[in-house]
Amino acid sequence: MKKRVVRSLVIGALLVGLLGIVGCGGSGKEKLYVYNWGDYIDESVIKEFEKEYDVDVIYELFATNEEMYLKIKAGTAKYDVAIPSDYMITKMLNEDLLHKIDLNNIPNYAGIDDRFKNLSFDPNNEFSVPYMWGTVGIIYNKTMVQEPVDSWDILWDDKYAKQILMLDSQRDSIAVALKKLGYSLNSRSEKELEEAKELLIKQKPLAYVGDEVKDKMIGNEAALAVVWSGDAVYMKRENPDLEYVIPKEGSNIWYDSMVIPKTSQNKELAEKFIDFMCREDIAYKNADYIGYSTPHREVMEMLPQELVSDPAYYPAEGDLANSEVFIDLTDVLSIYDRIWTEVKSQ
Amino acid sequence: MKRKFLTTPYMLWMLIFTIIPLILVFYFSFFESGPDGIKFTTEYIERVFEPIYLKVIFRSFALAVISTIFCLVLGYPMAMILASRELKRRDFLIVLFVVPMWMNFLARTYAWMTLLENNGIINQILMALSLPTISILYTDKAVILGMVYNFLPFMVLPIYSVLSKIDRSIIEAAEDLGANPLRTFFKVIFPLSLPGVLSGIIMVFMPAVTTFVISRLLGGGQYMLIGNLIEQQFLTTGDWGFGSSLSLILMLILLLTMGIMSKTDKDREGGRFF
Repeated sequence: MKKRVVRSLVIGALLVGLLGIVGCGGSGKEKLYVYNWGDYIDESVIKEFEKEYDVDVIYELFATNEEMYLKIKAGTAKYDVAIPSDYMITKMLNEDLLHKIDLNNIPNYAGIDDRFKNLSFDPNNEFSVPYMWGTVGIIYNKTMVQEPVDSWDILWDDKYAKQILMLDSQRDSIAVALKKLGYSLNSRSEKELEEAKELLIKQKPLAYVGDEVKDKMIGNEAALAVVWSGDAVYMKRENPDLEYVIPKEGSNIWYDSMVIPKTSQNKELAEKFIDFMCREDIAYKNADYIGYSTPHREVMEMLPQELVSDPAYYPAEGDLANSEVFIDLTDVLSIYDRIWTEVKSQ
Repeated sequence: MKRKFLTTPYMLWMLIFTIIPLILVFYFSFFESGPDGIKFTTEYIERVFEPIYLKVIFRSFALAVISTIFCLVLGYPMAMILASRELKRRDFLIVLFVVPMWMNFLARTYAWMTLLENNGIINQILMALSLPTISILYTDKAVILGMVYNFLPFMVLPIYSVLSKIDRSIIEAAEDLGANPLRTFFKVIFPLSLPGVLSGIIMVFMPAVTTFVISRLLGGGQYMLIGNLIEQQFLTTGDWGFGSSLSLILMLILLLTMGIMSKTDKDREGGRFF
C-alpha cells in the first residue's frame, strides 16, 4: 500500500515536472502576459516591444469581458496586463482584483486627452490607462436601405425583417431595446426590462452574431446591423456602401482601458508595456490598424482628417448627451440572463 | 499485482479529469457559499425545471433526435456500401470519408456558414444554373444540417466495423434456406449489426444534444440549446450553481436514456424485434 502511494507521488511529480518544462519554453527572457480582445491590436507592436525590451510577450485573447473576468478571478493564469471595459473595471475593483498603476512610470500618459481622464469607473486615474473608446450604433447598407437611418426604430421596421444582424451579447442587445423605449441602458427595473424583452421577442432579426458580423456586412448579407464603432470603420473601408450612425435616442459609449490584474508577477514590466502602448507612434499604429477611436491627443491629429472630424467615429461630448456608459449590474444580472434566454428561445 | 501500477497514470488521469470535475459539478449544484458559510440548497435544481428552461432542454433533445435519425438513415446504407465485398478500393474510400475529420470541427462548421449564405457559394452555383436559391442559414434546418454533417462519420464507422465482421456463411445460410434479400436483411443482417447501430446512435446523439457551437454559428444564436445555456451561465452570467445544475440534469437524462437503450438491446438479442 505504502509503495503504491509513493509510486503515484513519483508519477505525479514527473507529470508536474513535464508540464513545467513545456510551460517554460526554454528561453530565459523575462515574460509578459498580455490578455486582450481578439483583433484589437496591430500585432507588429508586440514584436516591437519584445525587441526593444528584450522580453517574451505571451499574448492571449478573449471575446467578452465576462470571459476575461472569470479567468482572472480564478487566478490560475498570471496575466500582467488586461484590457477590460468600463463596467468590468468597476466590478474588478469591487472585488480587489487590480493593482494600482504608478503613473510616474507611465510618462506617455501625458498624451491622453483630458476628456478620458477621471472617468466614473476610475475617478482618480489610479487603476486604469485608456486604450480605446467608442460607441454602439447601426451600420447599414446604402444600396438596401433608402430612407435615412437615425433611430433604433428602424430595427423593428417590418420592411427589414430577417435582414438585421444583432449582437449576440446580453447587455448590448437589451441596451438597444431599453434605449428605444427611452429608458436607461443601466436599468434595474424589472418592469422596464420586461418591456425590453417583449420588444426583442417582437423583433425579427436575421441572427445574433459575434465577430462574423464584419464579414456578413462586407459581403452584403444583411441590410442593417448593430455594431461597435471601430468595427464600422473597418467594414466601411472594405465596403464603401456601408454607413454608420449613432441613433438619436442615444446609445452606449464605452472605454476600454489597460489594467494590471493582481495575477501579475511583474508589475514593473507591465507598466513599461502600458507606457509603450501609450507612445505616440505605437498608439497611432494600433488606432490606424483596428479603427477604434483613440484617446490620444497627438494620435488623433495624425489620423486622416475625415475620420477624426466625423461625429459618428469621434463624437464630441455634446453629441453624446443621451448616451451612457455601462454600469456594473452584478446584482441584477440574473434578470438580464433570464430575459435573454427567453428572447433567444422563442 | 505487478501489472497494477501500470494503471496508475490512467487512474490519476480519470481522477483529475473526470472524478474531481464531477464532484465539483455536484458541489456547485447543491451548495452555495454565502456570508454565513456554506449551505445546502436545491434552488438551482428547481430553477432547471422552470418552463423556459424545460423548453430549451426539449428543443435540444428534439433537434438531436432528428439529427440522429438522419444520420442513421444516411449512414446505414453508406456503411453497407463500405462493407460490401464487391467494393474495390475500400480503404481509399474509407480514408476519403475520414479525411474531413482531420480538419478542425469549428473550421468545418464555419465553412458551412460561407456555403449557405444568401450570396454564398451554393446559391451562386444555383443562380448560375438559373435554379431557385435557398436561404436556410440561421434556421433550425441549418442547425440539423450542421449536426448531420459533423456527426455522420460517428454513425457510419461503428456500423461499418460490425457489418464487415459478420460471418458470410450466416448470410449464405439464410439465402440457401430461401430468404429473399429483403428478408435476409431484416432477419439476419440488421439484427446482427444492432450493436454497431447502437453505438452509432450514442456517438451521434451525445454530441448533438450537448453542442453549442453549431447552434451558435449556423442557427445565428436564435436556437438556444442546453449547451448554449450552460455556456452562458459559466461565461456570461457567472452563475456556476445554475450552470452546474443544468449539466447535472443533462447528465442524468443522458444516463437514463442510455440505460434504457442498452436494456432494450439485451431484449433484442436474437433479433426478435422484427
